[in-house]
Amino acid sequence: MALVLNEEQGMLKESAKGFLQENAPVGALRTLRDERDEEGFSRDLWRQMAAMGWAGILIDEAHGGLAFGHVGMGQVMEENGRTLTASPLLSTAILGVSAISIAGSADQKSELLPVIAEGKLLMTLAVDGGSRHNPLNVGVTATASGSGFSLSGEKQFVIDGHVADKIIVSARTSGSEGDSDGITLFVVDADAQGVEIDRIIMADSINSSMVRFVDVAVGADSVLGEPGKGAAVLQQVLDIGNAHLSAELVGLSLEVLERTVAYMNERKQYGVLIGSYQGLQHRAAHLFSEIELAKSVVIKVLQALDEGDDDVSMLASLAKAKVSEVATLATNEGVQLHGGIGMTDELEIGFFMKRARVAEQLLGDQRFHISRFAALNGY
Amino acid sequence: MADLETFRTETRAWLEANCPQSQRTPSEEFEDICWGGTKWRFVNEEQRTWLEVMAERGWTAPDWPAEYGGGGLDREHTKVLRQEMARIGARQPLFSMGLSMIGPALLKYGTEAQKQQHIPNIIAGKIWWCQGYSEPNFGSDLAGLQTRCEDKGDHYLVNGQKVWTSYANMADWMFCLVRTDPDAVKHAGISLVLFDVNQPGVTIKPIRLISGKSPFCETFLDDVIVEKGQLVGEINKGWELASYLLTHEREMIGSMGQGNTHEKSLPEHAIEQVGLSNGILADSKLRTDIACWEIDNMAYQFTAERIGDEAKSGQGVGAASSMLKYAGTELNKRRHELNLGIQGTQALVWEGEAYKDGLVASQWLRTKGNSIEGGTSEIQLNIISKRILGLGASK
Repeated sequence: MALVLNEEQGMLKESAKGFLQENAPVGALRTLRDERDEEGFSRDLWRQMAAMGWAGILIDEAHGGLAFGHVGMGQVMEENGRTLTASPLLSTAILGVSAISIAGSADQKSELLPVIAEGKLLMTLAVDGGSRHNPLNVGVTATASGSGFSLSGEKQFVIDGHVADKIIVSARTSGSEGDSDGITLFVVDADAQGVEIDRIIMADSINSSMVRFVDVAVGADSVLGEPGKGAAVLQQVLDIGNAHLSAELVGLSLEVLERTVAYMNERKQYGVLIGSYQGLQHRAAHLFSEIELAKSVVIKVLQALDEGDDDVSMLASLAKAKVSEVATLATNEGVQLHGGIGMTDELEIGFFMKRARVAEQLLGDQRFHISRFAALNGY
Repeated sequence: MADLETFRTETRAWLEANCPQSQRTPSEEFEDICWGGTKWRFVNEEQRTWLEVMAERGWTAPDWPAEYGGGGLDREHTKVLRQEMARIGARQPLFSMGLSMIGPALLKYGTEAQKQQHIPNIIAGKIWWCQGYSEPNFGSDLAGLQTRCEDKGDHYLVNGQKVWTSYANMADWMFCLVRTDPDAVKHAGISLVLFDVNQPGVTIKPIRLISGKSPFCETFLDDVIVEKGQLVGEINKGWELASYLLTHEREMIGSMGQGNTHEKSLPEHAIEQVGLSNGILADSKLRTDIACWEIDNMAYQFTAERIGDEAKSGQGVGAASSMLKYAGTELNKRRHELNLGIQGTQALVWEGEAYKDGLVASQWLRTKGNSIEGGTSEIQLNIISKRILGLGASK
């Protein structure tokens, strides 16, 4: 398949670009931050995004979605990376929708997906039991209790946890930490008895939270997929999440490069544009070259997801590892090449650096994915 | 043209029947790839046969027009042919600067007579072409070149010196950049001429490299005669052709590290040398370095593919070849440094049967030139800065 967008995907990208730059530029995130907005995102904006169909890009048509696929969603995420828009796109429309679509029963799908597509239900995925990503370190146990289960434990850095209506949580029903067998996924109401959610303000001003489960009673019908076999589903959902985080980071890196190049062509020192100095030109050109590589790994994994290729996991780790490296470079160079002004809160370039690091850590950083890439290739 | 699946089936059967066994093994030595030309010594009869049967179908240049002996295939059919060749590990039957550089330039800019004279010989591998570009004082600053070319009425006379002429000692003809107007500003007075290097006035001296090999020569030109019909394109407009050729050269050099798919990969070498411990490479730093290289290499392959697809669909930026040349050559240098790390001291054996007679070390040293030849990495970064990013444009 040609590594280019088709016409419809190109149009979605253009309309996402226009909408986000008009309605949710970086300044909107600054306002949410400075006003200490309680929810950390705009419900009104999310309604508009849902009205355009974005909440249902990955949902099939039978359940009220657009079935536009991962390449399509990736374009929205890339544009989102340029504007740093705070929204439940990742938590709900990507992670939540994917988990339900992959493992949900017919009832779960028809109950949840259409409401998500309408923008009326927010979801999240609670994966990590610790600060360093490891999907096999679940941190929550589920013990059989009556006809259902009782959940206890803690999940860290759950995106949008404090606004989510439902939380998909991985819990251990058997085995010990590090085993892939014995992990079960549950769909839990955020307002269920014993669920305690603390919002966490991260460096990037985009929502995160800690979620504690204190003897939370859930019914057998809240199990997502097969009991004990949640690790494989989780892996697919994480691959999808990492592919889209990579798309976001490519958009972010491109935006930083463009802003930096524009500044180099306007700032003068010693009477000439700083962009005329070869020492600086070569740094920008090297960054351009690295971003070109990053763009290719992202479109490759998005297409592989849509095609259902066998090597999706390898490509997802390849993408997240490469793009994280490039986004770190882009934001570090972006600040350095702006000089003193780059260190100020007034200039937006710092927002990109903060978001880049959080997005890089989410669902596994560069080191995690380099190691996983090697393991998947037999070394 | 046959539909793709029929073409694939027929091609597979034909290759199976016609590609000799010895031409299906990875090429290690320089002589394993046929360069052609009047001075070429085939390593064996099978190498000769493979060139002849492929050339007869025009498949040494599958996408060149059939009227000059090319394969006449479109992009998709060419891709199928390459896939089918890769499937059985078939070597390229011919590798030459005729195919990768002057041939495409002649097809685009040449006269009908030039095409008829040169293209069929390139396809058949009968003439080895070398390139006269750099001069002792004009390397990166190529457009400053000083080799003079004077109009003597019924012929041109060329005087000057070229350097880094690839395999001039093996070559039959040279495509050469010369100054036809000494008074014009730099780029404006340059032309591209073709001449037979086997004539009085052409003196060739091989240059020994740090790799121990001599793939390049110094070429001295004293009253060299160039026939009137052998000036390509318009007089004094040669820089446009030079740029076109440099783009092809960048693409060729940038993709050089891609190697033969049948070659052992770095992880395979590493597993052999270092071993696995609990399923992962025993040396964790080496493991990370290899994984990072493999990641960058795949990213590079996808980028070459994407840029090709974008060009085909009319999207994409120009000067992409500079990005590919820069990234590809730096990647290839890294590959060979890593390979040294994997193989250990034996990789530095210079003489002796015990370890491939210095081949690994020689190949490693040769890659150092990849980011110099065809425009240095720094020149590629200049091109990206100015043409793509628009940096330093005075306002």
